[in-house]
Amino acid sequence: MIEPISVDIEALNLPSLVPMLVAIVGALVILCIDLVTKNLHKSLYVMLSILVILIDLGTLIGYSGATRGFFDVMLMDGISILAQMIILVASGLFIILALSQQRFHEYRYPEYFALFLFMIAGFQFMVASDNLILIFVGLETASMALYTLIAMHNRDKSTEAAIKYFTMGALAAGFFAFGSMIFYGLTGSVELGQISASLVASDFANYPIVLLGVVFIIGGLGFKLSLVPFHTWAPDVYEGSSSAMAGYMSVVPKIAAFVVALRFFEIFVSVDNRWVEMVLYIIVITTMTIPNMVALVQKDVKRMLAYSSISHAGFVMGAILVGTTQATESLFLYWILFMFTNLGAFAMLWVNRTKNDHGFQSDHPFEKFSGLIKLAPVPATIMGLFLLSLAGVPPFSLFWGKMYLIGATVNGGYIILALIMALNSAIAAYYYLKLIVYMFLKEPREDDRIEFMGNANKPLKTVIGVSAVITVTSILYIDPLLEMISTYVQMSGF
Amino acid sequence: MEHILSILIFFPAFAAVMGFMVHKDAIRTYGITVTTIEFLLSCFLWVSFDSNYAGMQFSEFIPVISQYGIAYNLGVDGISLFLIIMTTFMTMISIIGLTEKRELKNLILTVLFLEMTMVGVFVALDAIVFYVFWELSLVPMLYIIGAWGGKLRIYASIKFFLYTFTGSLVMLVGMLYLGYVYFQTTGNWSFSIIDWNMMMLPIDMQMWLFVAFFLGFAIKVPMVPFHTWLPYAHGQAPTIGSVILAAVLLKMGTYGFIRFSLPLFPDASVAMMIPMAILAIIAIVYTALVAYAQEDIKQVIAYSSVSHMGVIILGIFALNVEGIGGSLFLMISHGIVSGGLFMLVGVIYDRRHTKMMSEFGGLARVMPMYATVFGIMLMASVGLPLTIGFVGEFLSLLGFFAVSPILTGIAGTTIILGAAYMLVLYKKTFFGPITNPINEKLQDIKGREIAALVPLVMLVVYLGVYPKPILEPVDKSVKQLVQVMYLKSVTPEAKAKIATVNTIGETK
Repeated sequence: MIEPISVDIEALNLPSLVPMLVAIVGALVILCIDLVTKNLHKSLYVMLSILVILIDLGTLIGYSGATRGFFDVMLMDGISILAQMIILVASGLFIILALSQQRFHEYRYPEYFALFLFMIAGFQFMVASDNLILIFVGLETASMALYTLIAMHNRDKSTEAAIKYFTMGALAAGFFAFGSMIFYGLTGSVELGQISASLVASDFANYPIVLLGVVFIIGGLGFKLSLVPFHTWAPDVYEGSSSAMAGYMSVVPKIAAFVVALRFFEIFVSVDNRWVEMVLYIIVITTMTIPNMVALVQKDVKRMLAYSSISHAGFVMGAILVGTTQATESLFLYWILFMFTNLGAFAMLWVNRTKNDHGFQSDHPFEKFSGLIKLAPVPATIMGLFLLSLAGVPPFSLFWGKMYLIGATVNGGYIILALIMALNSAIAAYYYLKLIVYMFLKEPREDDRIEFMGNANKPLKTVIGVSAVITVTSILYIDPLLEMISTYVQMSGF
Repeated sequence: MEHILSILIFFPAFAAVMGFMVHKDAIRTYGITVTTIEFLLSCFLWVSFDSNYAGMQFSEFIPVISQYGIAYNLGVDGISLFLIIMTTFMTMISIIGLTEKRELKNLILTVLFLEMTMVGVFVALDAIVFYVFWELSLVPMLYIIGAWGGKLRIYASIKFFLYTFTGSLVMLVGMLYLGYVYFQTTGNWSFSIIDWNMMMLPIDMQMWLFVAFFLGFAIKVPMVPFHTWLPYAHGQAPTIGSVILAAVLLKMGTYGFIRFSLPLFPDASVAMMIPMAILAIIAIVYTALVAYAQEDIKQVIAYSSVSHMGVIILGIFALNVEGIGGSLFLMISHGIVSGGLFMLVGVIYDRRHTKMMSEFGGLARVMPMYATVFGIMLMASVGLPLTIGFVGEFLSLLGFFAVSPILTGIAGTTIILGAAYMLVLYKKTFFGPITNPINEKLQDIKGREIAALVPLVMLVVYLGVYPKPILEPVDKSVKQLVQVMYLKSVTPEAKAKIATVNTIGETK
């Protein structure tokens, strides 16, 4: 006879679940509203989502120190709080972009916003745990919602993108599950902490099998992080989804996966495991370099930005490889600055989205932006700022991230890697410059049907303006930001 | 005036932001006024500068990223003082002489932003702040070349940007590494050059770091073999772009060598004396020959720039007071002279929309004043005694004579070769009969052009006859620099070498 399970409600430490519960309850509320009254304007749902995100953010601030709860599967430590903050701020900025001037299919459905909040909860679970099973559950919750959100854009290409993403994602989920299984088989636990302890205690016995497990996990996380060679889905999926969604995908799922990767590879990097480090090293370098090369020849701005964001992810993987506290700090610094800049850049594409294409092959070819400075000086200047920042030209925000990251790499003893990073930044400068050249140096097209800023209105302009201000004035807040990051990172001991 | 350096940096930028409000008809006057005020401010800096003190003056210090030791740290000494004044002066002159008609407002505001970055480079004492201004200067220049340039302007501007960007990123890695070394030795983070100057580095590390910094600086100078971007940039840039590029931007590289490479890596600098000299001599002779073969007046001057920058590098790597002081003087004089020459080419280009020598001939008859000014500038460029060009060139070569008379002899051909290509240019363009009837009706320089060129001519003659006002403060700081190098060098050979090259004029 099975013994009755009695769990003390105190021991569950339910407060550790509050941030996710906020998002889930918010999503349910939106569904309930839809049950009662139909055909409400999208602005209601957008504002509700923002409120939920704000409450969620508010609950996060209360945590200090690593809190465990819910059968010890939850782990609210410094990096998970930091990552959740990034996720929530990015989500808040993203959902405002739904208030676009033109009407799009997906925003007609309240389910879109409910799914969106479910997705946030999924990502939050993913970063706030060191239990491979809960990470998997979080990952799948978020991914399933994300596939649907992409498909709801309702164009041929979006459906294609969603299916592509879904099949690839399913494979990745399989990899991840298989990797977790191997580690469970080896160590008898799915807790990363215990896996680490037991692997180190046995001095990595059954090394080939450990490596096999690592390979599976890299496969699983690699898809989410679009690391080479698992990156092939990214440009197509970005192209198929709306620009706003593409910008979101280049930031939020990745930070969640970075945190998991950080927790996972810490096991190996902290004991200088040669083989794993070498595999990581190769992945980092190829992820930085190959998409950079491919981005050089892209004809569409969105695809260019997609490849560039893969390359940025490669940069940040470098921080995980280096594995020092400073490197972890630089990971978060880089990603926070990248979030504003990249979301801003994609939002600039979003506001220039028009429904009728003018014989262009894609939504945002480079030629479309020819001579933008003469037609619309302010948007051209702002876009120029974002691109310079992405290229790492000082004093714009991403330069500081890059500098701190390269500095951390140098300090960690990886001089060659630092040089490769520097050279990759130089290569990347070319394709960012290409758009700047089109916007600033070429003559406008003789085609007055192109409408710029057609999708813009006050809320969208505000988001872009905020991102632009943050990009330009970075020098003023870099110090306190870094201080905050290092408090949180050191709290969790990475 | 506690914050004169900050004012000098940010006044043009602030004025540029305000300038968006100025109507485009009045923008020229606005630009001239702003750059004149900036020039007067820099003169004020000169007046209040204590030339008996060799160290940094007017220092400012505000922590930016305290965790990582990055601070907004400024200061000026005899080495940077005249480069700042030259920068503000040439910017002012180039805006006074500006004849561009297209999108004038954007052009002038861009130049103002550029002026901020140029002054910033010369006054920054923190490596990262230096790097920030250094990189930021690429953006306005990219825009100037790319938007107002000739047919190949986009190619030229991108080439310019990518070359310098790549080099300086490698330099950035070097800087970060040096900061880490400082942290390891002292336990504190700092990117201040003053702090770094107290570090003694082992010779291997010096060599690697020297190479990293070399890439950043050599591409900017430009030194052979990294010079290929320059002819394109000059050939395609509008007049004002060429003037500022030649007068100021190139000097950033040589300034970097003096400010960073020499005091930080004295042993590596001694070891690299001869290799650097050889590169410099290749630049001097090879580009002089290339200049001789050019058909386009502007290309001749562009290649002559590379050639003269070679002499500057040679002087710097003489590692003695005469050589370094002379190359600093040559930086100033080359700034004035090549700026003036590019402006003169601009004058003729505005009238004829061509820069090919074959289109001209006999211009001296229709444009006597133009020919006179061109002649004086050209003599200064060649290095005729009693012009500004002579002093620096002579001192640089004298300095290197103490190192290697043979190499100096080869480098000395710069004067002969320079005279050859310049005089041929002058002969083809100004003398002989007027071959092209369109040239009969050309107007001599007038108004704005005279206002811009006359001060240059006066400086060329005045400083050529009496260079002391510049040489004296420079001398103080350079002596200190050489002293630092001597004290910091770790190998006895390097110490001995620095001592021996610094014995010019001593009685034995």
